[in-house]
Amino acid sequence: MRSTGIAAGFFAAALALTACGGAGESDGGGAQAADSAVGVTKDTVVIGTHQPLTGPAAPGYSKISVGARAVYQSINDGGGINGRKIDYRVEDDGYNPTRTVEVVKKLVLQDKVFAIVGGLGTPTHSKVVDYLNTEGVPDLLVSSGALAWDNPQKAPMTFGYQVDYTREGKIQGKYIKDTFAGKKIGYFTQNDDVGRDTQAGLDQFVKDQAVVRQGYDSANTDVTPQLSALKGAGAEVVVCACIPAFTALAILAAAKIGYHPQFVVSSIGADPATLSGLLQDFAKRGGASVSSAQLLAGLIGTGYLPDVALTSDPWVAYFKGIHDKYIPKEPFTNTVMFGMVQAYTFAQALKAAGPDPTRQKVVDAMSSGALKGPGLTPFGYSKDSHSGYTGAFVFKINPDVTTTVIQPPAVTDRGTGAITPYSGERATPDQVNLLGK
Amino acid sequence: MTVRTSLPETRVKAPERKRALPPLLVHLLAALGAFAVIVVLTLVTDEFTNLRIATIGYYLIAVAGLTLLTGLTGQVSLGHGAFMFIGAYTVALLVRRVPSFPLWADLLLASAAGGLAGLLAGAAAARLRGPYLAGATLALAVGLPALTRRFPDFLGGSNGLNFTVHSRPSGVVGVIPELRWQTWIVWLSVLLALVLVVNIVRGRLGRDFRAVRDDEVAASLSGIAVGRTKILAFLVSAVCGGLAGGLQAFLLGTAAPGSFTPALSLSLLAAVVLGGLGSLWGALWGAVALVYFQAWSEDLADVLHFNTDVANNLPLAVYGVILIVVVLAFPRGIQGGFQWLRARLKSSRRAEGER
Amino acid sequence: MQDFFDLTLGGISAGAVYAALGLALVIIYRATRVVNFAQPALALISTYLAYSVTKATGSYWLGFAVAIVAGTVLGVATERLLIRPLRHRSELSAIIVTLGLLMVLQAVAGMIWSNEPLAFPYAFDFRGRFSANDLFVVLVVLAIAALVLVVFKYTPLGLRMRAAAFAPEVARTLGVRVGLMLTVGWGLAAGVGSLAGLLATPPFLFPNVLDGVFVYALTAAVVGGLDNPLGTIAGGFVLGLGLSYVSGYLGPELVTIAALAILVVVLTVRPSGLFGRAKVRRV
Repeated sequence: MRSTGIAAGFFAAALALTACGGAGESDGGGAQAADSAVGVTKDTVVIGTHQPLTGPAAPGYSKISVGARAVYQSINDGGGINGRKIDYRVEDDGYNPTRTVEVVKKLVLQDKVFAIVGGLGTPTHSKVVDYLNTEGVPDLLVSSGALAWDNPQKAPMTFGYQVDYTREGKIQGKYIKDTFAGKKIGYFTQNDDVGRDTQAGLDQFVKDQAVVRQGYDSANTDVTPQLSALKGAGAEVVVCACIPAFTALAILAAAKIGYHPQFVVSSIGADPATLSGLLQDFAKRGGASVSSAQLLAGLIGTGYLPDVALTSDPWVAYFKGIHDKYIPKEPFTNTVMFGMVQAYTFAQALKAAGPDPTRQKVVDAMSSGALKGPGLTPFGYSKDSHSGYTGAFVFKINPDVTTTVIQPPAVTDRGTGAITPYSGERATPDQVNLLGK
Repeated sequence: MTVRTSLPETRVKAPERKRALPPLLVHLLAALGAFAVIVVLTLVTDEFTNLRIATIGYYLIAVAGLTLLTGLTGQVSLGHGAFMFIGAYTVALLVRRVPSFPLWADLLLASAAGGLAGLLAGAAAARLRGPYLAGATLALAVGLPALTRRFPDFLGGSNGLNFTVHSRPSGVVGVIPELRWQTWIVWLSVLLALVLVVNIVRGRLGRDFRAVRDDEVAASLSGIAVGRTKILAFLVSAVCGGLAGGLQAFLLGTAAPGSFTPALSLSLLAAVVLGGLGSLWGALWGAVALVYFQAWSEDLADVLHFNTDVANNLPLAVYGVILIVVVLAFPRGIQGGFQWLRARLKSSRRAEGER
Repeated sequence: MQDFFDLTLGGISAGAVYAALGLALVIIYRATRVVNFAQPALALISTYLAYSVTKATGSYWLGFAVAIVAGTVLGVATERLLIRPLRHRSELSAIIVTLGLLMVLQAVAGMIWSNEPLAFPYAFDFRGRFSANDLFVVLVVLAIAALVLVVFKYTPLGLRMRAAAFAPEVARTLGVRVGLMLTVGWGLAAGVGSLAGLLATPPFLFPNVLDGVFVYALTAAVVGGLDNPLGTIAGGFVLGLGLSYVSGYLGPELVTIAALAILVVVLTVRPSGLFGRAKVRRV
């Protein structure tokens, strides 16, 4: 029949267009030159980011870009970096990887950004790393502790920011081994790379003490069964590699079943200001005297930035000044400061790239290892490593919701290397003098 | 009377009447024409618009499949995203584990996997009515992506699967940007699939679908196997959904559970209604609406400099308002609006003629 | 064994919430043959209003009352403005309109109260394996369910509402104000839904907090039978228990798959739900 013949003809044409070669095999197309100055004009630098501003994952993360924007505004008001104002474009991906790819392509192709700064989330950002590296777009300060951002061979444009989960797990593990020797440990971790990578670090130190491992799925907010299992196994210390909502849920569930372990919480979920806000209203019901302070007192956490309550710290004072001027209505939490430090770090790298920045110059500035700032542990940036913060300190939440450092900053690697205390010099804001010449 | 010549396969046309072209041929020619239009469009627009054009493409086939199921056979499905999920992961797994398979094979298998799931879903759903079907398909959309967390090593867990597809023949690399080429492949696949769908809709199976939608008992009495027809509708719509998911995975280089939320299935259904229920042209308008309403409301939020909370949520609010307004004011969707416009123009022209 | 006991208790209190929200869906379905996808959003706005009132006045119960009233008002408004004009159109149009309303209300909640999680108190002390709050939840749900059933079955109002739903033309000739009855039905349902929202939300309130509960509530309603309130309530508790056991013994990531499996199994055997009435048509 004629129509079948024609149909066959069309399909043959279709096959030719889709190439007979294997879909997964390389076609030889290479990476773009990175030495361009796309997104830079005489007086502006355009940067972009993808964040979960709405949707189920937004709680807790939507304020990071708010803090960053405040810092950029203060920099712009102070004359910008080398005379250029920073134009910060934030796109909402709703923590949906499909949208992440779409909005990042929009930022690169339509907004023509100079760099992507602080892309958030492992399932989301991992989808755009290849694209950004192929297109030669600097992918700086990824907001995630996954190990994947430290891969200078395959992803030379990508740099991490927060301490990765394995390093942090090691520091947590060693602290627990030193302080809670002989006690039974339980793990309560997120059911993805956060949990796996943290456990890899923890297991190097406390594997034989760990009697029970429980996980949670961020889609399921009922964690009472897991806490019951932890209690049933007799865990006296619970390591919580959780986001803030689930730290709070774990604490509440434990209170519900009358379980009072020592919580040791990862930096992603240990912000006292956020936790306190989440837990504040569970007192007062039916005569119960369970205040947030009581629920949080004694909680141990790890961190690498100074606590926002520590106003004697020069950096906290500096960022609080920016907060009070530009975003006074927002609560000043460690999440907001996370975004502020990220923005500040990018501005430092941009300044180090000189008066005529190109993408390659900014990447070189990042790898130079010269960036010193608010962090209490150093960045791991070098020619061979694109890791962000390389360690953490350990703190305890006091009954008045302030924090006390109970183990000073220590750094380590993500392998089996030792943990060494860090006592390097920490520059002050005046010394860094970002807006100076 | 036709006369046999020495070449039996040539037909001699009866001279007294012009035989119409077979419908399949007409549709293929139309598809070719549409493809030409798409190629021109991609050449005159920038790369990012090309991505949007490609996105409209795979949404089109997804919405067309759902139109067939919901518009034509009246089965309200809130789970179409589940078939896209299956198609996307099929492509992802094949590209990663069997990289030597050509792309068209991966897409065919993605469509087939979707179809298989559709067959099972249809069989389970054949006896369900209205809201029961809606509830069951919603549970499907919610439950199926959770499999990735159950089998994290195989399916990549919450982070999903990443891969790179190299679809350009080596002669073309450097000449045609990857995104443009990908857009062509997406639209070629979509148009071919649409030809098949249109043929079904205009054919006997389409009449059976409509009969089942209008009155199952009457259809059954007139000899239509109602259960089988409904299952076939699920099958075809799921093949479309699987292809759409596979194309999305191909385009974005990724498959992750976070992309296949219930919100996706609900948006697809909304697109069916927005575009014009039961009409395949409506599927096109619905797909365009899905992509562009989101984009326009984001731009609107930027321009109006709202505070962050308002700006973040504005796109969702606008989309919801549009849905409500269109359903209340334009019951037959955008396509219905065009038809009404055309009818008005025709009648006013006729009135002119009669004067 | 302790596991089983804890899981059972957890399942019962979760199931009560599914039952309550499912009941709201069923009331509306019986009255207007519409599945109200906006129900979680109506409940969400009511709960946010309760949050604001509680924060401003310090009284949880005042906020509670405001939420129920607000929910009822929102339900009435939705029916009159959005559903009434669609009375003669396909059920799909009503589904899409309620979907649109869901999006708008969730977005509005984010605009007014931000997308950050807000601490939302329990009604009573939440501590204890079966806490005072858990007991309250179960009792309240059972009480409301009983109240609704009594109203429907034994009061003149209930009779008029049932007549308006099942035989509107006949009811109209007998002097029943059908439109008003439909509106009352929506208001009542939305009030029940707001109650469910208040019970389901703690500990944290954010725009998507009720999405998961809604899916389970719809599942419970479908499993129990969408035109059978008692069946829905039973379905809610059955689902709550079942999912609790799955989460505890098989893993939390399997809960949504388990809901799907339960649904498929029940509907395969009884396509109109466990206790639903199959639609019979005389030919």
